[in-house]
This record gives sequence, C-alpha cells and structure tokens, in this order.
Amino acid sequence: MQVQSMHFKARSGQKLADLRLQQNLKVLSQRWTVGRTNAIAELDDFEATRDQAVERRNRALANLDVWLERFEAQAIARGATVLWAETPEEASRLVVEIARRHEVAKVTKSKSMVSEEMALNRHLEAAGVKVVETDLGEYILQINDNEPPSHIVAPVVHKSKDEVSDLFARVHKRPRLTDIPQMTREAREFLRPQFLSADMGVSGGNFLIAETGSVAVFTNEGNEGMCTVLPPKVHVVVTGIEKVIPTLEDLATMARLLPRSATGQSISNYFSILTGPRAPGEQDGPEHMYFVLVDGGRSGLLGGEFQDMLRCIRCGACMNHCPVYQKIGGHTYGWVYPGPMGSVLTPSYVGLEKTLDLPQAATLCGECHVVCPMKIPLPDLLRKLRERQFERGLRPWRERLGLAAWAFVARRPAIYRPLVRIGARVLGWMGGDAHRIAQLPGGSGWSLYRDMPAPVGPTFKERWAKREAKAPPR
Amino acid sequence: MKVGLFITCLVDVMRPEIAEASVRLLESAGCTVEVPMSQTCCGQPGYNSGDSVAARDLARKFLGEFEGFDYVVMPSGSCGGMVRQHYPALFADDPDLSNRIDALAQKTFELTAFLHDVLGVSALPGRFAGEITYHDSCSGLRELGVQAQPRALLALNPSVRLTEMKDARACCGFGGTFAIKYGDISSAIVDEKIGHIHASGASCVVLGDLGCMLNIEGRLRRTGDNTTRVLHIAQVLAGTASDAASPSATDEAR
Repeated sequence: MQVQSMHFKARSGQKLADLRLQQNLKVLSQRWTVGRTNAIAELDDFEATRDQAVERRNRALANLDVWLERFEAQAIARGATVLWAETPEEASRLVVEIARRHEVAKVTKSKSMVSEEMALNRHLEAAGVKVVETDLGEYILQINDNEPPSHIVAPVVHKSKDEVSDLFARVHKRPRLTDIPQMTREAREFLRPQFLSADMGVSGGNFLIAETGSVAVFTNEGNEGMCTVLPPKVHVVVTGIEKVIPTLEDLATMARLLPRSATGQSISNYFSILTGPRAPGEQDGPEHMYFVLVDGGRSGLLGGEFQDMLRCIRCGACMNHCPVYQKIGGHTYGWVYPGPMGSVLTPSYVGLEKTLDLPQAATLCGECHVVCPMKIPLPDLLRKLRERQFERGLRPWRERLGLAAWAFVARRPAIYRPLVRIGARVLGWMGGDAHRIAQLPGGSGWSLYRDMPAPVGPTFKERWAKREAKAPPR
Repeated sequence: MKVGLFITCLVDVMRPEIAEASVRLLESAGCTVEVPMSQTCCGQPGYNSGDSVAARDLARKFLGEFEGFDYVVMPSGSCGGMVRQHYPALFADDPDLSNRIDALAQKTFELTAFLHDVLGVSALPGRFAGEITYHDSCSGLRELGVQAQPRALLALNPSVRLTEMKDARACCGFGGTFAIKYGDISSAIVDEKIGHIHASGASCVVLGDLGCMLNIEGRLRRTGDNTTRVLHIAQVLAGTASDAASPSATDEAR
C-alpha cells in the first residue's frame, strides 16, 4: 500500500471536523473498551496469562529462524507449499504466480492486513484476476471504491450504519435497508455466488503453528471457511514471518487473550486450525495449499531495540484505547496499521522519513501499554523512534533550535534562574488582570485552542530564598 | 527526615503556590524540607523529544543535587515518573552510575504517594471545603501507580466531597509538546475530559500534574467556563487553595 503518512496533519484536521466520524469513533471507543474490561475479568488471572503469553511469544522470537524452518518442514510434510517473500511486492508476485499456475479467474478473500501491505488486490486485478473481499467490513470498503481499512480488526469502524445503508442501496441497486440483519442478509446474497464460483481463496493467518505446520485463524463471520475449505481448488495463506509459535499449547494461551483484547469476546465466533490440503479420504479442504510468508521489514526488528514489537498479535486494543486514535481514526495514519502499534510499525517498515508525525502524534499517556496483551512497551518504542528522528536531524529547525536552547539553559543554573525570574514577570504581565494569556508567542499550536493561565507573582525559588533569609539558622 | 523538594520547572514559574502547599504538607508531617537552588528541570522535555543526551546530562545534575537527601519529593507524577522509571532506563548500561541512579529512583516520590505510602499521613494541615472531582494524570497513574493515594488523602478532609467523573483515568490530551505540535487533536481530547468534568457536577477539578492543569484550565477559560476551578491536589490538601490564581478562586474557601 502507498504510504500517505506525510499528510498526517492535514488529514487529522479533516477528520476532527468530520462530525459523523467523531460520533462513530465515540461509539467504538465506548463499546470496545468496556467489552475488553468485561472479557478480561472472566479470566481467573489475566495478568498471569498475559505474562505467560509474553514469555511464549518471546521464546518463539528468540529462535524465529528455527521455528520457521520447523513450520516449513511440517507444512510440507502435510502437503502444503511454503514460499518466502522478502518484500510485500515479492509476496504479491508469488500470489499472482500461484493464480496463473492454477488458471484462477476469481479469488475470494478472507481478512488479511498483510495483504494490505502487499496491495494484493491491485496486483491480482492487474493480472486479470477478479478479487472479492468476503469479510463484511472489507466487502463494504471494496464496493466503496476500494477504500482502505481504518482499523485492523474492524476495518469499516469509521462508517455508521446509515452510510452503509446508502452504499448498499447504491451499489446493490436494491431498496435501501436499515435493519442490520436484513442488510447482512443482502450482503450474503451477493457474496454466496462468489464463494461458489471462486477458484482460489486467500486468507490471512493469526498464528502459524510450528509443530503441526498449521495456520490458526480467528474470525467472526464464517466467511473464512467459505474461502479456504469449501469450494476452492487453492487456498493461499499470506501472513508475516513473526506469526509463528512453537506449539498448540502456545496457541491455547494466545486464544485466551486475542478475542478478549480485540472485541471483548471470550472466543471468536469461528476459530479454525487449517493443516495441509485435502488428503486422500478427507471430505473437505482445498486441492492445493500455499503459505506465502512475508518478511517486509520484520527481520530488521529482530535483535534490536524494537524486537518487542514483533510480539504484536494484531488485536487492536492499543488503538481502541488510544485518545489520539479515538479522535482522528485510522485513515489519518496513512498506511496499513493505525494507532500506537501502527505508529511504531509504519516507520519501521516503510522508513522514518515518510512518517515523521507518527511517533510524535502521541500523548505518551501509556494506556496502550496497559492494555496490550503482549505487554509491548509502545510509549517507550515511540520515544525511541523520536530519538532516531532527533539523531538523524529529521525534526524541523525551529523545534531543534528550541530544544537546544532549553537544554543549554537547563544545564546552567546561573543562567536559568534569572531567565526564569524574568520569564515569570513577562508572563504575568502578559496575563493582565484576568491572569490568562490568549496569544502565546511562538505557541500558536497552544493559543489557537486554549488560553495559557498566567503566573502571578515571583517564582517559588524567589519566595523560598526570602523565607530562608528570614528564618533563624538551623 | 530530610526531604529534598524538587519544585518542577513548571510549578516554579507558573504556580509557585503549589510548591508552597507541598512544603506546608511535608513540614506539617514532620519533614525537614530543603530546596536545592540549582535545580532546573528533570529532563523530561528533552527525553520525550528524542534528545537523550540532554536528558542524561540533566539526570546527572539532578543526581548531584538530590542524592544526599533521605527522600526526594515532587508535586508531579510525570517528573516523578521520569526519575523513578526513566532515569534507571537511561543509565542501565552505565556501570558507574546505574547503582546510584537506581538508589535515587527508589527514594524519589510523587507528593501524594510520599504522604500516604511513606509517611502514612492521617491529618491535614489546612481546611478546604467543596465538591470536587479528581483527574488521574497519566504518568502518575500509569508509571507510578498513583490512584488510591490522592483519594485516601482527600478522604481525610470531611468537608471535601469527591464525585468521580467518567473516565477519570483517561488522558486530558496534554502530552507535553504534543499539545503544541498537534493543538487541534489535543484540544479535541481535552474537550472530552471537560465534558466529563461538567457532567460530574463538581465545581472544582483536582489533579496532580501541572501540564494537565494548564491544559484543562486553559481550555475551560477559552471555551467560556470561568467558574470551574482547577486545583492541584497539594493546594486542596494543604488548605491553601483560596490563594490560587483561578479566576473564581477568590474568596470561596477563605
């Protein structure tokens, strides 16, 4: 997907002014934060489960190469083909080749964020293959002129029901419906023939299990089974190389945390473990099964300051709880992954230069770290990205100058004290009788929206010095 | 017990009365308070802006000024988080300093955590009456676990009626330089907070960090609310709140 993160500021302004979006985001943040809170309360010991999950993910990442090779050997032994892609583009080429090899005319897709990294739909369409998104949210986006998803779990969360009603009426050319069960029934009527006529299904994968060569998929709509098991000749799994875990026991731990953290469900409506193509004597499954495993910058994080990020299981809890995401929505972030996890991943995968706003546009409030089931220290990672921006001179000159001046003065008490004394007087004078400053020089980002409460009287150090001078010697 | 007071740079300039209230609370609890006059800033602005060299320099300076005290106390959760959480991380690979920094971090406390957890304060030096709601500032809450302490201390004053607002633990949108770099997003977040403050029915919001205070008060005044008071927890506990520069603070508690 093309990176649009450089337009962050302009886009965030538009999103803040979009009242309908603001309403939709408010509903989301309420529903999902409450949902998660209730769901994790069901676990006897959420914290211990979380610690265990972190340990299991760390173990997998510590020897990622070993587990990937183990996975490959097991998957091949079960009749699947495993292909490796260094870049998302290469991954798309591989999928297109698979489609050609099997003379595929139509692909049905179950949800996959990695396929968004790959811009897979575009590449398949360019090769003359029709692609149909079958996750309801992704389907809505596809028929809305291929709009990008705004959330990694609920891709269409930025839209209200009314907007979807209008869209369905326009695209399906049917009377406008407003009842959700009726609307989903209509979508099903359009999707069902697609499932039955597709030659190939593409899905993502939440986890790869090394000991069995399987992929585990958590979904809620049943479309994944229709894409991968029911009719197609070929099933292609596209996912990132960091998704491998050693054992089914590891998967059990992840399963306790993922749906709870994501949607507040104890378990997702559907949960599949898919292993190899249809074997002789089996009743269902595809004739051919492929895994396309994408690096796309992931191996670059191994062994470095950002390795913790690879634990991410894509639950979306960080964005659901992020005060910034809750106000600007996912599109503002300008690439595949929004919110705090996206603000770490996007600069890491597509480059620091194109994504200057992402690590900065965070209050570092820490709630993402608190809710992350994998305990990824997102605020620390954002801060590390800020450090890299600073070290590479990527910040605007005014900011660098301001910071240099602050650092110079703060290191030197002999200069700091008189300056602060003068500063307090100037600010006090600027505040006037109301003790507030409406225009802060050089601080329009503040003053456009807020007054600055002004100080009254001398600094604390001055007051303290006076008190000490009066006090009898101790 | 010798306590070094870290004023914090913002309090020193913008709200010196908060440091005075802190001194009152500490002295009335029996502490000997000293204020190293060479103190400036804990380094947080540099640290959060990517200048870890400046942050480390200021941490060393802070260490020199404060390691001689039994305890170091400050009326701020975010500066407290800087010293307790981030200083040790900044010096983790420095064998010469990491032990000293860790020891400093161990004895550094946010004001209410110190009063409650270390001193076990059971009486307050001053009076304050009114209906308040409490905003949990992010760093104090999530880096230091300050949540029960301010409430327990407020409960010592029977004339304070605390009504919890919705989402008291949600960020107010300040975020340091974030509030200036992304003023529009920041003010959209603080509007959410202000809505909850108003809905609580309290006439006064109390909190523990000056950043949130300037942000919330600044937005309240800009949007025409000249009556809701914004006070630091130290002012309320010390009973010096009537001296605050809040426009409506004039005589209410005098």
